[in-house]
Amino acid sequence: MIAPSSTLREIAIGAVLVVQEFTVLCMHALAGLAGSRRYASEIIVQIERVGVGSLFIVILTGLFTGMVLTLQGAIQLEPYGATIYVSRLVSTSVVRELGPVLAALMIAGRVGTGIASELASMQVTEQIDAMRAEGTDPIQKLVTTRLIACVLMIPILTIVADGIAMVGGWLIATVTLSIDSYFYWTWALEALFPRDLVLGLVKPVVFGFLIAMVGCYAGLRTTGGTVGVGLSTTQSMVSSSILVLSADFLLTKLSMVWS
Amino acid sequence: MTALLDLEGVTLALGGREVLHDISFRVQRGETKVILGASGSGKSTILKLVLGLIRPDRGSIRIDGRDITQLKERELQRCCREQMAMVFQNAALFDSLTVRENVGYRLWERGRMLDDEIEKIVLENLQFVGLDDVIEKMPAELSGGMRKRVAIARALTSGSQVILYDEPTAGLDPINTCLITRLIKKLKSTSFTQIVVTHDLETADSVADSILMIQRGHIIFEGTAQELTQSPDPEVRFFIDPSSRFAHNQGAVTLPRPASEP
Repeated sequence: MIAPSSTLREIAIGAVLVVQEFTVLCMHALAGLAGSRRYASEIIVQIERVGVGSLFIVILTGLFTGMVLTLQGAIQLEPYGATIYVSRLVSTSVVRELGPVLAALMIAGRVGTGIASELASMQVTEQIDAMRAEGTDPIQKLVTTRLIACVLMIPILTIVADGIAMVGGWLIATVTLSIDSYFYWTWALEALFPRDLVLGLVKPVVFGFLIAMVGCYAGLRTTGGTVGVGLSTTQSMVSSSILVLSADFLLTKLSMVWS
Repeated sequence: MTALLDLEGVTLALGGREVLHDISFRVQRGETKVILGASGSGKSTILKLVLGLIRPDRGSIRIDGRDITQLKERELQRCCREQMAMVFQNAALFDSLTVRENVGYRLWERGRMLDDEIEKIVLENLQFVGLDDVIEKMPAELSGGMRKRVAIARALTSGSQVILYDEPTAGLDPINTCLITRLIKKLKSTSFTQIVVTHDLETADSVADSILMIQRGHIIFEGTAQELTQSPDPEVRFFIDPSSRFAHNQGAVTLPRPASEP
């Protein structure tokens, strides 16, 4: 029988090793930024995959989030006769929290798992080894390019999600709640401070970094054939979702302390 | 004369299990060395060690007299991988690239030649393996034998004079096996240095200058193909003619335990 203490020790050592490997991979990927110009065409391909490929899902997420938020917000504000201020609720919630987080979670599901499964397949079919044998640094070619694409495109997708969410809210506000468009947009924009906009753009940059790196890490450490590919894909989705939510809390708390 | 490749006392454990134990052998320039052994005996691991894709726990691996076991990735690239090319077991062609891009991959990556020059070399090497008509296809559209031949064309395009083959004929029909074997023999006659990992005795016999046999991570034989057939070693005899032992044991078969591979 295995002693519980030795099992706990193994788990702890395993966790430390994962953190160490992940950190080394991140540093290696960041070091690869220096010579990333030679992979410009690969970066463009990845930008197209992350950006254009995720546009539809991000638009839908934003639209329904804004619409639902307006409906629910109006119910809460109605007893106080403050339904007209629902746009303040929508704009602040979306720009500060829901836009970045929901867009990141959708992109983690679509892009992060895609990265993990692609790299995992390359790993189990020895394409990564072949790349090294051919003289290419697989981290610079595969990881850094995906990292650049995610860090550039996820903030842009978040801006789209935020905008569409506010449009969705406006649709419900004008059609269902009979709120005048002028009042909706005036209160919506007045509720936002520059700090909200900065936070709303810093978060997606961090989320983009996490989604790309977790996807790449899960893919590159795959073993065990096709079963391993499936496990890495699942692990990528779970880990990046948890990290996105944790980072969101941390960044929000930091911004409060800072302000 | 310094051997092109010199392994001395190489030992490697993976996942807490010894995969290779005290492996020592040399490969001279222009020689075709076959590493023979059962599946899981540790043969392919030797090729990965030679390319610096994994590092040994003990021992030295010298290429042109220089020990590569302590080199950093960038130095490995310059001292070791620049002069070698590998044909992987499942060809390991890049799925997202066409045959043309796969074959010319190393030259495009280096960026030292014009596109037209690379194109010409790619076409020449595809003609050499008899596959110039599939230049626009994707790897997924090729058969197993064709993929292996494209992988050989990729190895040739690299300009390396040393080619490592990991089970080049495994899983192929007799015609494709014959084609690949003929290609290896053709390259042997043009002074390429080759290391062929295989479990196929026929392939070994037809291409080898010398044979090294591995069993459970240990070298159990080193010599020529003729010496192999005359070896009195029971493990070697069992590999050459497995039915002899099965016949003596009256059905009670004990197969050799394989070493785990990475």
